[in-house]
Amino acid sequence: MSAETKSPRFDPTDPIFRWVSFGAATLLLVVLGGLIASLVYGGWPALSTFGLEFFLKFKDCPAGHGGHFCIDTPWNPVTDVYSATAPIVGTIVSSFLALLFALPIAIGVAVFLTQFCPRALAQPLSTAVELLAGIPSIVYGMWGLFVFAPWFAKTIQMPLMVAASQDPTSWGAKLVAGIPNGANLFTASIILAIMVLPYMASVFRELFRSIPAQVREAAFGVGATPFEVTTSVIIPYVKQGMIGVIMLGLGRALGETMAVTFIIGNSHRFPKSLFDSSSTIASTIANEFAEATSDLHTSALVALGLILFLITFTVLAIARWLLSTQRY
Amino acid sequence: MDRALRRKLANYVFIGLCVIGTAIALGALALILWSLFSQGIGGMNPKIFTMDTPAAGSEGGLRNAIVGSILMCGVGMIIAVVVGILAGTWLAEIGGDTTYGHIVRFLNDVLLSAPSILIGLFVYELLVFKSNPLSLGHFSGWAGAISLAILATPIVTRTTEDILNLQPNALREAGMALGASQFTTIRSIIWKAAGSGLLTGGLLGFARISGETAPLLFTALGNQFYNGNLSQPMASLPVTMFNFALTPYEDLNKLAWAGALLVAVAVLGVNILGRWLAREKNAGH
Repeated sequence: MSAETKSPRFDPTDPIFRWVSFGAATLLLVVLGGLIASLVYGGWPALSTFGLEFFLKFKDCPAGHGGHFCIDTPWNPVTDVYSATAPIVGTIVSSFLALLFALPIAIGVAVFLTQFCPRALAQPLSTAVELLAGIPSIVYGMWGLFVFAPWFAKTIQMPLMVAASQDPTSWGAKLVAGIPNGANLFTASIILAIMVLPYMASVFRELFRSIPAQVREAAFGVGATPFEVTTSVIIPYVKQGMIGVIMLGLGRALGETMAVTFIIGNSHRFPKSLFDSSSTIASTIANEFAEATSDLHTSALVALGLILFLITFTVLAIARWLLSTQRY
Repeated sequence: MDRALRRKLANYVFIGLCVIGTAIALGALALILWSLFSQGIGGMNPKIFTMDTPAAGSEGGLRNAIVGSILMCGVGMIIAVVVGILAGTWLAEIGGDTTYGHIVRFLNDVLLSAPSILIGLFVYELLVFKSNPLSLGHFSGWAGAISLAILATPIVTRTTEDILNLQPNALREAGMALGASQFTTIRSIIWKAAGSGLLTGGLLGFARISGETAPLLFTALGNQFYNGNLSQPMASLPVTMFNFALTPYEDLNKLAWAGALLVAVAVLGVNILGRWLAREKNAGH
């Protein structure tokens, strides 16, 4: 009779194991919850002090200004007044520029590796691209600081500014105005682009490879050229997944700290031109947090972190949702 | 123009653009690797491993930073592997199909790609900031290790779940048929069969955290002196690189490049090892 009530399979370690592993899974949620709670708690003093002005603060327009309103972007540890507008704008603009540069090249690399590359070369090249995706971002940042920024200032920025000085009022001159030291919004975006490029290229390649061979062969079978197969069959087939990957890349670029901090110039105002210094949320936190002067300064930085979290969380959630519903 | 010719031309232009794009990408990355190796090897010498970080103008190495990085990554990885394998096993074998399981999986993915600097802020508020009963009240190696653990755990969880899902159900049925309990089946059959895959997950997590700078900036902070005590501020390679790269002193910049080379070689080595293990396993099937 006891065999029925007590199955031979019963093992007292089973429920313990279930609870322990359940606890580990729950710990992940606790960490994420704690992360959000700590950002809200730490950022609250700044948010309640400045209210909506933390996000958008108006000021009196200077005389002779044609616009209807002017936005103030204070970030002043001396007077303890902070506004997040400039870092938010810097974060979004640099990330979008980076994606703009990286996206066509990443698609090109993925198409080349899946379609045109000689077989003997495709595997090593793909592995190389994947390995490069793992290089720590501080290495990209150092390269930007020591190699790319000086080169850019000397061979691109200076000649452009000299050319623009012929006609200082043209839009071209306004676009390239700035301090010619190579540390600006544009170079930071290029470094960001180089950093997200291997990641995006390798995920695009995975996505293209996931397409059933019959689909591709059918298109070739009716006489389509590789260009037509790519644009009318492959890309539409994985369109949703590609948008997901783009959003993942965007999420990376938005939150990237080290590749940007070295080279964006770190000034808390709206970038007035493409070659003007700027700042991102992550670079501001990295630069100032350990040396924050007042409690309100620390709190303003944590509140910036909260904004960054909300932006990246939204982007990543959309990305995951798109990728999980992609048909294969 | 003839239609066939036009299609052919468009195709050639397209192939050309793809080749150019690949050349630009690989060229840029090759330039970075070239700088890394040429500058890094220039700064490489035995003193890197035997002397601590110097003040500008005096001789020194990176010993304290290397030891700090190894200690914090090591402690972080131990936590990440234990929590990650258990959580991944729960998702794959026990509760992954429940609503709660779906939530855990989704939020794990979010945590996986959350900006690492926010993890640093969180751990600062939790373990460094004074007004908190849990807090140590000062910068410490523990805080750095916990930050790294939080970064690596989602990776280990994810790979563990993926690897366990690849194990054939016949293995689980075989365990049950022998009358083994679920825990015994998982421990002695599933985990064993997935062994090298689990190791790969751990290695990928390790590769990710060993170059992380942002979460250490205001948790472990850094330390000019040799310190093996995790409850004190601790130097790490990435933070030392960050600080030294931003100084105007050439000798410190050189040390930063040497550190960058060390970190990059470690990350690449661990990644290659992980891939090789994963491939060995696949070849064995």
